Amino acid sequence: MTTETTEPEAVELERERVGGWRAVARKEIADHLLSGRFVVLMGVLGIATAAAVFAASGGIRDVAPNAQGITALFLKLFTVTVDPVPFPLIVFVGFLAPLLGIMFGFDAVSGERSQGTLPRLLSQPIHRDEVILGKFVAGLTVVAIMLTALVLFVSGIGVFRLGVVPSPTEISRLAVWLVFAIIYVGFWQALATLSSVLAKRASTSAMIPIGVWLVLTLFGSFLFSAVAGVLSPRDGSQAAEVAYLRTTQTVSQLSPVTLFQQGSSVLLDPEVRTVGLVTVEQVDRAIVSELNLTQSLGVVWPQIAILVALASVMYALAYVAFMRDEVRA
Amino acid sequence: MTTTIRSKGLTKTYGELNVVDRLDLEIEAGEVYGLLGPNGAGKTTTILMLLGLVEPTKGTIKVLGLDPRRYPLEVKRRVGYLPDAVGFYDTMTGRQNLRFTARLNGLDDFEGHIDSLLELVGLADAADQAAGEYSRGMKQRLGVADALVKSPSVLILDEPTTAIDPEGVIEMLALIQRLAKEEGVTVLLASHLLHQVQTVCDRVAIFVKGKVVAQGTPHELAAVDKSTKVKVEFRIDGDPARSRQQLESLPNVGEVEAGKIPGSWVAELEAGSLPATVGGLVAGGADVVGVHRLDEDLETIYRRYFEIQEEVSA
Repeated sequence: MTTETTEPEAVELERERVGGWRAVARKEIADHLLSGRFVVLMGVLGIATAAAVFAASGGIRDVAPNAQGITALFLKLFTVTVDPVPFPLIVFVGFLAPLLGIMFGFDAVSGERSQGTLPRLLSQPIHRDEVILGKFVAGLTVVAIMLTALVLFVSGIGVFRLGVVPSPTEISRLAVWLVFAIIYVGFWQALATLSSVLAKRASTSAMIPIGVWLVLTLFGSFLFSAVAGVLSPRDGSQAAEVAYLRTTQTVSQLSPVTLFQQGSSVLLDPEVRTVGLVTVEQVDRAIVSELNLTQSLGVVWPQIAILVALASVMYALAYVAFMRDEVRA
Repeated sequence: MTTTIRSKGLTKTYGELNVVDRLDLEIEAGEVYGLLGPNGAGKTTTILMLLGLVEPTKGTIKVLGLDPRRYPLEVKRRVGYLPDAVGFYDTMTGRQNLRFTARLNGLDDFEGHIDSLLELVGLADAADQAAGEYSRGMKQRLGVADALVKSPSVLILDEPTTAIDPEGVIEMLALIQRLAKEEGVTVLLASHLLHQVQTVCDRVAIFVKGKVVAQGTPHELAAVDKSTKVKVEFRIDGDPARSRQQLESLPNVGEVEAGKIPGSWVAELEAGSLPATVGGLVAGGADVVGVHRLDEDLETIYRRYFEIQEEVSA
């Protein structure tokens, strides 16, 4: 009795395999682009953005004639608050972007499970991690397409309404910010993917990241002050107060929401020089000047690094959970 | 002959429970092998271990000479698998689902192959319909096509006929046999449906509570069957109490109990005594309208193997 294949031969064959994650990603991208949720998200984002930008550009047009020395006028489109829209566009994106990641991640694995396709998928000659990788890449690709379209849309309206063409520096700031925003969405998508591995049903797996999102965006500041209050109690003295504020700041920087807001404000506004706590002495007689992109990046390097780290950790957790997941469940 | 699937002492333990208990399998190339057992017997777990999707607690496996734990991709490239309750991406058409599988297998130029597979399982007309609109039976047939996309040398089918109509079952079984005989595909068929397994399989293992309690050709297993008592359901017109008396008065008749159909009786007979018993009833003036051997259905045979097993362990 002989065996058909000897093991060393098999090792040879194992090496020349194709990247199965590409096939997964390709299918997922097609799925996302044709899905109802893509159309709905795109519609909501488009309408809300248009409203915000029209208001902002109107406001900018009113002040522009008096605004001397503002070089990055175009970027104001993204950062200025004008009635009746209560917040600037970047806050709006910061608020809604997590939803994009959650929408494209929450049924990554739970969807396969509920459709009964998981055993079939895993019995194909691809590594398990390629399933997660393919889905993650696909989701982020679609998100990148959406955010890029959004920025181009805003810019288009801006050029039309303001008659100002963005300068090369402004374009590069926007490009860097776009990458930063995609990383931010990546965190939420990884969180949603993790939840989709752990939860047995798609509805449960959507609730976990949405819960985290709501808590961090709506109640974040209470949460951070409460934690800071415990870590460095206030006794009324100025030193204790400063310590308390610093702790609040540090704690809040563990939240991707805060990191994104801080990073965005610096990247899109050359006048913002710091995101930290500033005392009156420090700003006294400070010369108003603008940072170049490299300097702005220098200011927000920690934010970018922490956000990348958080997203990577989340992805790693999703990966590990999926590798340990039993096919039978 | 070449052994295609071989396991030695294969064991899977969840907590305290041995779902699969020291399983020794030897399946030859080109053979149709039936894994017959009730739900929860450990069939699916065994299959998942063969595919490298579930880690065995103990024991060794070789599929096509390869250990699925060390070379999962190589095994999966050559083994087509139809899972129990197979699912497809609902928004994609049947054809698109198969294309996706082909891409995952790194195939190029697969359109002709997919067309012929859809033709083979009788889904050519529904190929461009969304899989979400398929009936369970259609999904199962698409599942067979899906398992064949990679042109496997081993085909593992988990309950392939559960949702298919009787006509479809006959076609499916014919297809399985043809794949084995003409293309030399080794087929492992897990099912709880005895008569289907019997008609199509070269060898059968009866699998109960993670253990193989009997193994052999369907003929050999039937021989075991003859050595013991058989249960027969009699439907006799007229007064049930009287027909019961008549039955009990005959030789070779053991215990008599009420059957599922009102007025029918189930009697335990010595093997081979059925013609004599029917003759005796008719001679006694009983109006026999139906005789049905219950032992042919799986439940009774399982029960028998359970009994044998319990006697052994007692």
